[in-house]
Amino acid sequence: MSLFSIFNVAGSGMAAQSLRLNTVASNLANADSVATTPEAAYRAREPLFAAVKSRLDGGDAPGEGVQVLGVTESQAAIPSRYEPGNPLADADGYVYSSNVNPVDELVNMISASRSYQNNVEVMNSTRQLMQKTLDLGK
Amino acid sequence: MSLTPDNLFGIHTQALDLWQRRTEVLANNLANADTPGYLARDVDFRKVLAAAGGASDKLPLQTTAPGQIGAADQAMDGLAYRVPTQPSMDGNTVDAQAEQAAFAANGVHYQASLSFITAQIRMLRTAINGGQG
Repeated sequence: MSLFSIFNVAGSGMAAQSLRLNTVASNLANADSVATTPEAAYRAREPLFAAVKSRLDGGDAPGEGVQVLGVTESQAAIPSRYEPGNPLADADGYVYSSNVNPVDELVNMISASRSYQNNVEVMNSTRQLMQKTLDLGK
Repeated sequence: MSLTPDNLFGIHTQALDLWQRRTEVLANNLANADTPGYLARDVDFRKVLAAAGGASDKLPLQTTAPGQIGAADQAMDGLAYRVPTQPSMDGNTVDAQAEQAAFAANGVHYQASLSFITAQIRMLRTAINGGQG
């Protein structure tokens, strides 16, 4: 273990947060998508984070960052709208829109970008510390 | 103070090790700031440094053969869980602001240890050059 492993840790954090930003972008882009059936409607997506445990010992190591276990889909109800004129409407004239909540997504976006910045700061500070260590004795 | 290579820099090399380890722990806390159920951890610096220096109330471990786990390695097991100030609903106990503050302070401590070692090197250089260089 050395300062180098911090780059991996902060990097894993940045990767996870950028994936979260990606899902937010996808959700917001599809906020107004409609479908013919409730099953085909777009569901809001969210990544599932988990801490990476160190492989070396039972739990007293500092750990090795964060990983994305997968992307989950929101189980919130799919709203339906009566739009007989819509080409995607079903036999009864209903279309099914996505269950994306734009307010949730915006909050998620701010949180993700702040966390991303935190990880960037960690990386910058670590780089400075390493540089100082290299200059030792000068 | 005897200047054998072992304690040339005093406790500062061990302190440097610990600051570095603490940097790792804090970086992990920050990377997992949004992980559900993640418990923030930290190093109890005073306890760990005392153990690394063999000055704890416990008897230090003797190593009689290479490859055995020494006191310094043992001292690395000083991780503790942080007491949450604002527990969140998903069980995560990372307080990003507190972690950032700790990370910044930790960096300064690390640089302080580096400065002490640099001063020691400078002193030795002066002694070697007889004050000429």
